[in-house]
Amino acid sequence: MRHGVARFVTGFLALPVALYLFYVVWPFAQAAGYSLTDWGGYSDSQHFVGLDNYVRLLSDELIRKAFWHNVFFLVTVPLFTIALALFLAFLLNVGGREDRAGIRGVLGSGLYKVIFFFPQVLSLVVIAVMWQQIYRTDEQGLINGLLIKIGLVDPQNPIAFTADPEPFLGIPAVLWWLLLIAVWSGAGFYMVLFSAAMQSIPKDIYEAAILDGAGRFHTFFKVTLPLLRDTISVAWVYLGFIALDMYALVFVMTPSQGGPNHASEIFASVIQFNAFQKGQFGYACAIAVALAIFTILLAALQLRITRRDRIEF
Amino acid sequence: MSTVTHTSGQGRPDAVLPAGPEAGRRAGVAASSIGGRIFNGFSHLFLAVWAIMVVYPLLWVVMSALKTDSEVIREPLSLIPKSLQWDNFARAWTAGIDSFFLNTLLVLVFSVTLTMLLGSMAAYALARYEFRGNRLIYWMFLSGLTLPVYLAAVPLFKGVYNMNVVFPLLGPNKHVTLILVYVAWSLSFTVFFMHSFFRTLPDSIAEAAMVDGATHTRTFFSVMLPMAKPGLISIGIFNVLGQWNQWYLPTLLMQSVSGEPKHQVIAQGLIELSVNQGYKSDWSGLFAGVTMAMLPVLIVYIVFQRQVQSGLTAGVGK
Repeated sequence: MRHGVARFVTGFLALPVALYLFYVVWPFAQAAGYSLTDWGGYSDSQHFVGLDNYVRLLSDELIRKAFWHNVFFLVTVPLFTIALALFLAFLLNVGGREDRAGIRGVLGSGLYKVIFFFPQVLSLVVIAVMWQQIYRTDEQGLINGLLIKIGLVDPQNPIAFTADPEPFLGIPAVLWWLLLIAVWSGAGFYMVLFSAAMQSIPKDIYEAAILDGAGRFHTFFKVTLPLLRDTISVAWVYLGFIALDMYALVFVMTPSQGGPNHASEIFASVIQFNAFQKGQFGYACAIAVALAIFTILLAALQLRITRRDRIEF
Repeated sequence: MSTVTHTSGQGRPDAVLPAGPEAGRRAGVAASSIGGRIFNGFSHLFLAVWAIMVVYPLLWVVMSALKTDSEVIREPLSLIPKSLQWDNFARAWTAGIDSFFLNTLLVLVFSVTLTMLLGSMAAYALARYEFRGNRLIYWMFLSGLTLPVYLAAVPLFKGVYNMNVVFPLLGPNKHVTLILVYVAWSLSFTVFFMHSFFRTLPDSIAEAAMVDGATHTRTFFSVMLPMAKPGLISIGIFNVLGQWNQWYLPTLLMQSVSGEPKHQVIAQGLIELSVNQGYKSDWSGLFAGVTMAMLPVLIVYIVFQRQVQSGLTAGVGK
């Protein structure tokens, strides 16, 4: 019997573990190794250089830029997405008419949920290509075309969108335009998530609040929001990962993938730039390891901050 | 999905609130009902505005795909084409979308099936059997969730490239390579998700099957796997969408090594189409390509929206 178990477990695990080791674990391990060399990527010559690559990246102007851009997305993407998603979920669930049985969800909320969720099923690439057309810098673009028609924008001087490195509030405009796309595509998903969480809160908690004379705003901020804490913190972590992975947007939408003039570089684009355009694989791996360490530290930090006594219901 | 949306909700006779506080409550409702109505109107307005912001760009892409090129340029904003140019689709289809679709389907049929099979097998063995190294393997799978794919990109490309010499079938620009890479990269989340699912299944049924003489393998395939169907549907949807939308791994691995045509998948091919568009300026063709890439997923989503929404949100909620 014991023997049978061992054979069964081995049989079930062998293939998945082998695949995973070969295509996931081994490349990661190698990357860590390459980060200590000066390997260019195409030749066979590589020398061990110790931590030189890591020392170098600390003073790399481009990486410093990319780091702050990543931090910008890390703060703004979760913040704006969650705020908008919560607001939409709030309107959806308590925006309906009031009656004696309490406050109702808005009419047609099912339809709204279906529509708001659309961007979630689309590929980031489809979204990026679509927004590339929306953001076109001539009258053909959806936004410029509209604004020129109304007369708000001068046809000789249209909005440059992702080709605009000029800072707005100290951040290059191109990043704000990318942020808008990220929020547009993410809000619906988190709205559905929050909405489901709101509906799993037992009705009697609301009834108690209403009996105590609380209005809908009061109920939302004092009852619903605290009970959604867990869901919101999970969403925050998840959106953090998305914010670190804005690469598809940068890749498709910005001039020379990180431009203009490096105004929209993020970690991923700097890695790509060093590995495939400058032929510095060793250095690119060092940047990637730094990013991995940054990600893990961040995940650990977030887990620590958001851990708290759960409210069971 | 079914939120409470009674339209005739004004004063249901069977209100369950106790009589005493209800009287006071009713007065409160009367007082706040004007504010309530304004708020209700505001809710509708804002929700409708956001719905338009989501739908309008999508509709604009679909409609632009049906215009002539000069119409796209002269009247970019109109949603109604003068006459429907179906040949835009034919042109985009033969310009590469046909092979993108074929490659994507070919890869996905095998990669999703294998992901589900191998993922649930591994998750089952890890979730329900005690053995040395169990936790280690579980954490190994889990760690893949936090590491950025860019870190592995360079060595992964090199490993696949070197394979070309030893075993060409697993080299770059091969469907089999992409299938195996998709499976490997999808295992982390699939194992994580199915692991927690198998944990919740009761022991007694598996034990009964074993008493009746079923082997471990047979117990898994004929008893436990069917019981895990809800979990399989969720993670299946997650993997289909995730792998359909995958663009980074194919861009990295499906590169031509000796001048042969690239076996591009849909997302990857679309990027190239859009980048090259500047030279050909076939705008309506590009819109048609984007439309063809997004309509299948949107239609599948609308048909299975309940399953898709709960499947995808379950992934985050765990």
